[in-house]
Amino acid sequence: MTVFPQLDERFRAAAAAEGLLDVAYDIADSPVGPLLVAVSERGLCRISYDTEPERELESLARSFGARVLRSPRPVDEVKRELDEYFAGERTAFDLAVDIERLSPFNRSVLEELAQVPYGSLTTYGTLAGRAGRPRAARAVGTIMNRNPIPIVLPCHRVVGSTGSLVGYAGGLDRKKTLLRLEGSLRTAE
Amino acid sequence: MMEAVRIPPFETLYLEHRNEVFRFLVRRVGRDRAEDAFQETFLRALRGYPGLRHGEHLRAWLYTIAVRVAADEHRRKPAPAVVRVPRDEGVRDARPEYAELEHLAGDLPAKERAAVVLRYGYDLSYADIGMALGSSEEAARQAASSGVRRLRRRRIEIA
Repeated sequence: MTVFPQLDERFRAAAAAEGLLDVAYDIADSPVGPLLVAVSERGLCRISYDTEPERELESLARSFGARVLRSPRPVDEVKRELDEYFAGERTAFDLAVDIERLSPFNRSVLEELAQVPYGSLTTYGTLAGRAGRPRAARAVGTIMNRNPIPIVLPCHRVVGSTGSLVGYAGGLDRKKTLLRLEGSLRTAE
Repeated sequence: MMEAVRIPPFETLYLEHRNEVFRFLVRRVGRDRAEDAFQETFLRALRGYPGLRHGEHLRAWLYTIAVRVAADEHRRKPAPAVVRVPRDEGVRDARPEYAELEHLAGDLPAKERAAVVLRYGYDLSYADIGMALGSSEEAARQAASSGVRRLRRRRIEIA
């Protein structure tokens, strides 16, 4: 005898409703593949292209606490905004993000990144300058590569000083898809 | 020194044990009340999770919680005389004899009942049971054996 889906759902919802979770997550479908979306009590704390839970859940548990459980309701709002974004109906996210555990420089880079508008591009060097360390372009590259909340913190809008796309932790194809969606890359590119 | 076993993400623990814990509760409190007991067991586990110091013996720990939840259920409302596990829906119950023993075990002192249930019903080692009950391996062994002795005496009385 196995646990019935309704019972399973009921427990997952109750766990979240009672505030017993460090992290609630769910899997969302998107044009760039399934996304693992996770929220802490402070806000959105992870979007991952790697939906192979094992590794991702371990990492969430280390960062936020071991009470990590798949529970759709707390993630609903994020999924709705992502859907609107991918439908081309949303150009800015209205979501609290939890990046408290990152280093101060890392945080300030991500805060600057969050200001880069939809449909525009910036460079690693420019972002480094805005975060107060103009010569730290390489460090900014590393921070982009480890961005815990891609798409919402739009590291896909950051390119090399020559305009080359450089790279993307989720793979260049995804970066291109996102930039095409935003109209900053011609379809042929 | 051995490194402490890391506490796994709760999702991992839940997926690994939810079905057996549910089966256990169906046998303990009956199908109708097993759903509430199941939810209560895992909510209690979540409440206790931050207090764990390492990830060892988590299965035994879960069963201890389930045993307590089932005991609370019995206190709240005595169980029907016989709990029958439905045999359809492809259920394979490897321990039919135990289902009877467990039913009898319901009236044992809490610690003995838990030890008997975990040892004979779920095949946990005495070390695990001791950990689950917060006592030594030897104390777990004694609790299980005095529980079984008590059950035998009772069966003789009944007969």
